[in-house]
Amino acid sequence: MAIVADSQYHVLAVDDSLMDRKLIERLLKTSSYQVTTVDSVSKALEFLGLLDGQQHEIDVNLIITDYCMPGMTGYDLLKKIKESSSLKDIPVVIMSSENVPSRINRCLEEGADEFFLKPVRLSDMKKLRPHILKGKSKEQQQQEEQQQQQQQQQPLLNTCSNGTLLNTCSNGNKRKATDEGLSPERRRPRFSTSHSLL
Amino acid sequence: MASAALNEQLASLMDSMYQEGLLDEQFQQLQSLQDESNPCFVMEVVTLFCDDAERIFTELDKLMSQPVVEFQQVDAYIHQLKGSSSSVGAQNVKLACVQFRHSLEENDREGCLQALNMVKREYLHLRGKLETMLQLEQRIQDYDKQKK
Repeated sequence: MAIVADSQYHVLAVDDSLMDRKLIERLLKTSSYQVTTVDSVSKALEFLGLLDGQQHEIDVNLIITDYCMPGMTGYDLLKKIKESSSLKDIPVVIMSSENVPSRINRCLEEGADEFFLKPVRLSDMKKLRPHILKGKSKEQQQQEEQQQQQQQQQPLLNTCSNGTLLNTCSNGNKRKATDEGLSPERRRPRFSTSHSLL
Repeated sequence: MASAALNEQLASLMDSMYQEGLLDEQFQQLQSLQDESNPCFVMEVVTLFCDDAERIFTELDKLMSQPVVEFQQVDAYIHQLKGSSSSVGAQNVKLACVQFRHSLEENDREGCLQALNMVKREYLHLRGKLETMLQLEQRIQDYDKQKK
């Protein structure tokens, strides 16, 4: 398994507070991650390609999101990610300024990998790497499984006893319909200038 | 003024701010995130905090002056301010916000107005000291640059 440097890992941070976005961005960059920040769950969903119903090549290795946000909450984002077949293996970390055990448990039960109490500190950043690595190995496992499935469906070439090649047909190449709508370029988040608070 | 004297002034200002509870260790975290590649980080975060706080005070003044106060909206704004104070290390402002939220539970307009004034007072006190701090830092930087 190739060891990838941290600078190649990409984290998506979601927080409606400009100040907290600045802080989390600095913390992540100091820890050598590539960072994209968005100010709402809907922008995050757009960035992750979940809004237009098409498959995208998303290379986000971890999502860190505030819990309390106007509109959709971090919990809602967590659920959407876990419901998505393409994104469910991406580790999700929830941040909150309030220490509410029932909230924490709810998130962990829904599949959040970690819960950070705000203000988030530099020492918290160390906790991210194991989750990213786990997510990467799940992704690799999934890719290997897909490759195996594809191999099984390849046409089999057999030679018969007198040496001529027999072409035995496969059941039809069932490839995943990923060709449509694949956008190779990374989507850039659009920052809104207005703060819609409530 | 010599650099040593400026540095001393800055150090004693910072000491007093920590001792009075104006700042807590979160502010030190912010300072540790500042370096040559991000020399203005603290100033930028402080500026964002002040902009945020003042925007929130404007909205709160509007809400509190309504004939019927929408306490839920007031609470949402104070929650935001409590969050940003916590993120910047503004301890006394954060505590004043916590107090405010207690008085909100009473749904008592007078009590809330008093609590809001307390939050504003703490904020203005902190802002004054932060401005002095940033000015001193700037003077020290300028002085050090001149010397080189």
